[in-house]
Amino acid sequence: MPSAAPPPAFTERRDDASPRVERAQAEEHGPWTPRGRWTALAFSSPRQWAALEKSLDDAVGPQAGGSTGWDLRGIEALDHIGAQLLWNHWGRAWPAQIEMTPTQKAVLDQVARYSTAPPKEPQFTFWDEIRRHVAKGPALLRLARDAMLLVGQLVLDLLQLLRAPHRGPWRDLSGHLYQMGTTALPITALVGMLIGVVLAYLTSNQLRNYGAESFIVNILGLSLIRELGPVLAAVLVAGRSGSAITAQIGVMRVTEELDAMRVMGIPHGFRLVMPRVLALAIAMPLISIWTSIAALVGGMLAADSTLNISPVFFLQQLPRAVPFSNIVLAVAKSAVFGVLIALIACHYGMRVKPNTESLGRGTTASVVTSITMVILVDALFAVLFRGIGFRAGT
Amino acid sequence: MNTSTWQHLGDGDAPVVDIRGLWTVFANDNGEQVVHRDLQLSIERGEVLSLVGGSGTGKTVLLRQILGLEHPTRGEVRVLGTPPNALSAKGAAVVGMLFQHGALFSAFNVIDNISFPLRELKLLPEELVIDAALVKLQMVGLGPEHAYKMPADLSGGMIKRVALARALIMDPPLLLLDEPTAGLDPAASDSFCDLLRGLHRELGLTVVMVTHDLDTLLDLSTRIAVLADQKVIVAGTAEEVTRFDHPFIHDYFLGGRGQRALLALKDHRQPPATRAAAG
Repeated sequence: MPSAAPPPAFTERRDDASPRVERAQAEEHGPWTPRGRWTALAFSSPRQWAALEKSLDDAVGPQAGGSTGWDLRGIEALDHIGAQLLWNHWGRAWPAQIEMTPTQKAVLDQVARYSTAPPKEPQFTFWDEIRRHVAKGPALLRLARDAMLLVGQLVLDLLQLLRAPHRGPWRDLSGHLYQMGTTALPITALVGMLIGVVLAYLTSNQLRNYGAESFIVNILGLSLIRELGPVLAAVLVAGRSGSAITAQIGVMRVTEELDAMRVMGIPHGFRLVMPRVLALAIAMPLISIWTSIAALVGGMLAADSTLNISPVFFLQQLPRAVPFSNIVLAVAKSAVFGVLIALIACHYGMRVKPNTESLGRGTTASVVTSITMVILVDALFAVLFRGIGFRAGT
Repeated sequence: MNTSTWQHLGDGDAPVVDIRGLWTVFANDNGEQVVHRDLQLSIERGEVLSLVGGSGTGKTVLLRQILGLEHPTRGEVRVLGTPPNALSAKGAAVVGMLFQHGALFSAFNVIDNISFPLRELKLLPEELVIDAALVKLQMVGLGPEHAYKMPADLSGGMIKRVALARALIMDPPLLLLDEPTAGLDPAASDSFCDLLRGLHRELGLTVVMVTHDLDTLLDLSTRIAVLADQKVIVAGTAEEVTRFDHPFIHDYFLGGRGQRALLALKDHRQPPATRAAAG
């Protein structure tokens, strides 16, 4: 096929490959002659693109004192992007006079054939906005129904596990226990310890003003064991394991693993949700106790250095300041937190749609919801058990 | 169309892809596994070359090495005269890749997926970008009404077409296809093959493809390279390859499926007059 070799007159300019529009110098109203490489690759250089835009702006039609004719034979390479640029410059119509090679004609023909006005993008109207808000009511109801279904299914699965314990997903359970429990120990210990130290330092300043130094044991013991330990551990686990559960189940949805399981007749609740819920229900109280211990150790060391309260005195005073019922309350609370985190994470994981955006949204929603729920439920516990675990007179 | 349009990317006669002395060794728990041993392959301008081989012979690995996504243990891969990792800056203007499952960005709609490489230049006016994407969308046989659909709403065949349009948006001279017709029904496969053949002719593309579909293979390829025994044992036309004596080729092309596909090919290539005379 004949190549797009430029006419001999222009050969001395061949080394300059930047796309541009020139005008034949010989005649007054000579045709516009684009030169260089009109390709996407050439346009990707900002300098060349700016120069080309400028020279295109000058290449006007006859009514503005320009020329109607175009001679494309000087173009070294023309691809669809270059052809599109020319076509749009011509106002999506062929110019009155045009010279070009068959190769260029083929490219331009295709662009001319397929250039259409872009279809209207579906617009988000005010009416859609109203509809979206109206739909929120039923969405809340749906959420309540989903939550009910999830909890109900969990109860049924637990009953089935009790009926046939040998068929339970025990290997899964131990794996999750390790993943969500054991591997969380270092980070929770570190965070707990630092919180203990900070709290001890802050309170010791105030207590010294009143000469009530020994009460630091009461303050640290109660606040750490009863409140901060469980909540801190739950927030950390929600961020760590909650997001992991959502992402895991979400990816299983994206890769159709969930559908594969359902086809094999393996229920999601029994095989995916229950082991995770059980694992967190077991691991969460242990992590919470562990965090409390780490925080108390931190507080004890800080109290020793700021208030000269020896660790021995601290440990002797602790059982007297904090009745045992506080520990029971903390453990029970943590188990509830664990179940909540796992259920919320599974819920959002199952609702992930097969695209990356939905996966990200689901994971975020899972963590935010579970942390919020943990704090709400903690407040509920505080109100319900306000009469328990306090020694009269202290 | 001829291939001179793309000559700015290198010498007209130099091979588009040149692989010399390529070794790929994967280290795993059981020691080392040699996938390619001193492999040589050169792909000329305008060819449609199919890579054929059993499972685990490293066809997809080879594609990924041509793309610069993986690096060979030893040896050299050159694409248009430069090492492939050096091409990444020019990206979509040099190599287009159709991934097996499309690899469309699921967060973008069809038109944004196709125009993504152009728009990322941050230079061209929005109108031009959209127009170019719409032209490519229609070139792969989809109407403009699909422009604002999300990838999740598309069928398998449409996903492949949109992915092909995206691969072609900057008119790269080299197109790589990984299992282009896998997962398509026969009618969709046929129309996809027609589309590829048409684009190859119109755009003067060099195409490298990995496929297990014998019909696609014999229908599209101008040359077939057979990977076995960790190297390219033979590269040539379908007739040359089938004549080569090797157990893999025997099983692959001369089994039941291969025979049927070859027969269909022979029927297809015979001019109608002789076919009528023979009948």
